Amino acid sequence: MSDPVSVRRLGRGAAPYLLSLPSWAYLAAFFIIPLVSMLSMSLAKGNPLVGYAFAWNFAEFGKAVTQYNTQLIRSFWYGALSTFITLVITYPVAYWIAFYGGKHKGTFLFLILLPFFVSFVIRTLAWQFILSDQGLLLGTLKALHLLPKTTYVLSTPAAVVGGLVYNSVAYYILPLYVALEKVDRRVVRAAGDLYASPSATFWKVILPLSAPGIFAGFLLVFVTNVGDFVNAAVLGGPGTRMIGNIIQYNFFDAQNYPMAAALSSILMFLLILAIYLYARVFGAEQIQEYAA
Amino acid sequence: MTDEKTPKNRYRLDDPALIRGLTQPRISRRGMLAAGAMGMAAMAMPRFARADSGAKPTPLDAKWEKWWKEQKPTKELVFANWPYYMDVTDDGKDHPSLDEFTKQSGIDVKYLEVIQDNASFYAKIAPVLKSGQPIGNDLIVMTNGWQLTELLMQDFMIPLWQEKIPNFFKNASPSVISPSYDKDNKHSIVWQSGMTGIAYNPKLTGREITSFEDLFDPKFAGHIGMFTDLSELGSAGLLMAGIDPTTSTPDDWKKAAAKLEEQKKKGLVRQYYDQSYITALENGDIWLTQAWSGDVFQANAKGFKDLKFIIPKEGGMIWHDNMMIPKGAKNPLSALEYMNYYYTPEAAGTIEDYINYICPVPAAQAFIKDQLKDPDVADSELVFPSDEMYAKVHEFYAYKSYDDYQLWQSTFSPIVQG
Repeated sequence: MSDPVSVRRLGRGAAPYLLSLPSWAYLAAFFIIPLVSMLSMSLAKGNPLVGYAFAWNFAEFGKAVTQYNTQLIRSFWYGALSTFITLVITYPVAYWIAFYGGKHKGTFLFLILLPFFVSFVIRTLAWQFILSDQGLLLGTLKALHLLPKTTYVLSTPAAVVGGLVYNSVAYYILPLYVALEKVDRRVVRAAGDLYASPSATFWKVILPLSAPGIFAGFLLVFVTNVGDFVNAAVLGGPGTRMIGNIIQYNFFDAQNYPMAAALSSILMFLLILAIYLYARVFGAEQIQEYAA
Repeated sequence: MTDEKTPKNRYRLDDPALIRGLTQPRISRRGMLAAGAMGMAAMAMPRFARADSGAKPTPLDAKWEKWWKEQKPTKELVFANWPYYMDVTDDGKDHPSLDEFTKQSGIDVKYLEVIQDNASFYAKIAPVLKSGQPIGNDLIVMTNGWQLTELLMQDFMIPLWQEKIPNFFKNASPSVISPSYDKDNKHSIVWQSGMTGIAYNPKLTGREITSFEDLFDPKFAGHIGMFTDLSELGSAGLLMAGIDPTTSTPDDWKKAAAKLEEQKKKGLVRQYYDQSYITALENGDIWLTQAWSGDVFQANAKGFKDLKFIIPKEGGMIWHDNMMIPKGAKNPLSALEYMNYYYTPEAAGTIEDYINYICPVPAAQAFIKDQLKDPDVADSELVFPSDEMYAKVHEFYAYKSYDDYQLWQSTFSPIVQG
């Protein structure tokens, strides 16, 4: 220690660790501690009056799966369906802006983001007005005798999935746009030079090159939508409750904290599994590529 | 329990400020009531003045008596309440009844509208109280239900020094004295009560609604609203099955759940609603629904004049919001003094004329009629219910333990969550 050279050397070796200390502290405080406390709560026993104590009690996991498997499956189904629909809707838009947006690209992106400056809840609430039985959309169609008087959309699975899609649009367009923007135009031209038809160019060149954007959007949208509870609460009806609603109910109303924690753990595990499967099927390089 | 009866919601979807902003300028409460009273005209019934209930203050035990006598009067009061639950001037800046209290007592009131619903407020304060820390409020308002019972079971509230609240014993309606969830008003006195019944749009139903049987009419399939709140939903199921919710047993709950399950299986129920049911009713999505009386007043005033509220012939429910003093309160004597002030006809009348739920001070009726010259409120059956009305409504079942509460929850939650 007395040798100044070795101190300097030690300092140099430790520098990256010291510099990353704030990140580690952040991760520990806002990720690791909550994660550990969630997992330990899921194994706890007790009730809100006497308190909960850690007990290696795996029973809640079993109960969570038997009691709420319908809602778990439903959440993944709604999540996957809404993610797919969002992709199908947003891909052409992102493609058009990236390839044909010209110098107004920024304006187009801004216009797409504009509605998202309004609070999430208010936007979802607005759909209640638009979709209500006598509202803007259905009321008009009914007045034109294009729909029977008793038709309704609110409180149905379609309304919930529609709400999920609507709320995910911006989160899918942005990564898709970034990926498409990054596609080297010379490669596209080269495909044409090699007599690829426009559709072959798209399917064999552009789409594979934009895969990192598809994956990034999938991560953002799928993970958020599977755990969503606002759309089901505002636009849903009987038989559309998602796992997020169940977790919220168990936490606030039933005060069954171990159940809420067990459900959250299961949800997290299943989401990681889904992402892993996606990465396996479509190739893990894509993720690294996008990260790079 | 009735978490969303006043304009408040877990997601704050139904902030009345928002709804008013989206619809039309704010109408004075007086205007609202005039419109509300039209819808209620059919309900006018004879009224019975009620006065001295004969209840007397219950003495404190020695420990708490000593504690109270050691407290020094302060010139401050921190009052945590729900939004839109206090009279305000038209510019929204002052609360006249609170200003009057300050004038009479010299106590400054810091009035906070911080309680959005019972479950989340409980989740906020319980860990603090459990660790023995003050929550910073001297007076809180909570609905009778599991969370209130939980606070009392854990001894988080200071027993009231009832000798200091003589006005309560002089002026309180018998309906709020010694309730089942807090015998002898040991820790709480009522701020407001309210009723749960059925609201409907006669234009869409095509006939008057009088009974829970109407909620089983296949003609209304897909246009019937029920509450997501399990205490409310379960109680409606019990009333449908002809059982008094107050004294019901777990076997009764199963019968009620079967009734509600049948209603759902037949595709009658459009949705299990929180506070948003009133928007759905206004929009015509639902034609008839479980409802809280106060919301129908406001809907009438917003221009939805057709909407009606009834107590079904099988009975309705009555809930109470209660003032309590949490442990660690810095100004407990000020809180007592405010409680005593609230139970005067003048204070209760001034507040009631604005908030229009059920007034716990019957003498406020004459004050509103003669002094405030507002017969619409004074004569409203929903603000000052008659004996017949009181006879039709039931108290909620009071949960005896967490297991008891869990059993109720697990009996009724599959209906909402399936």
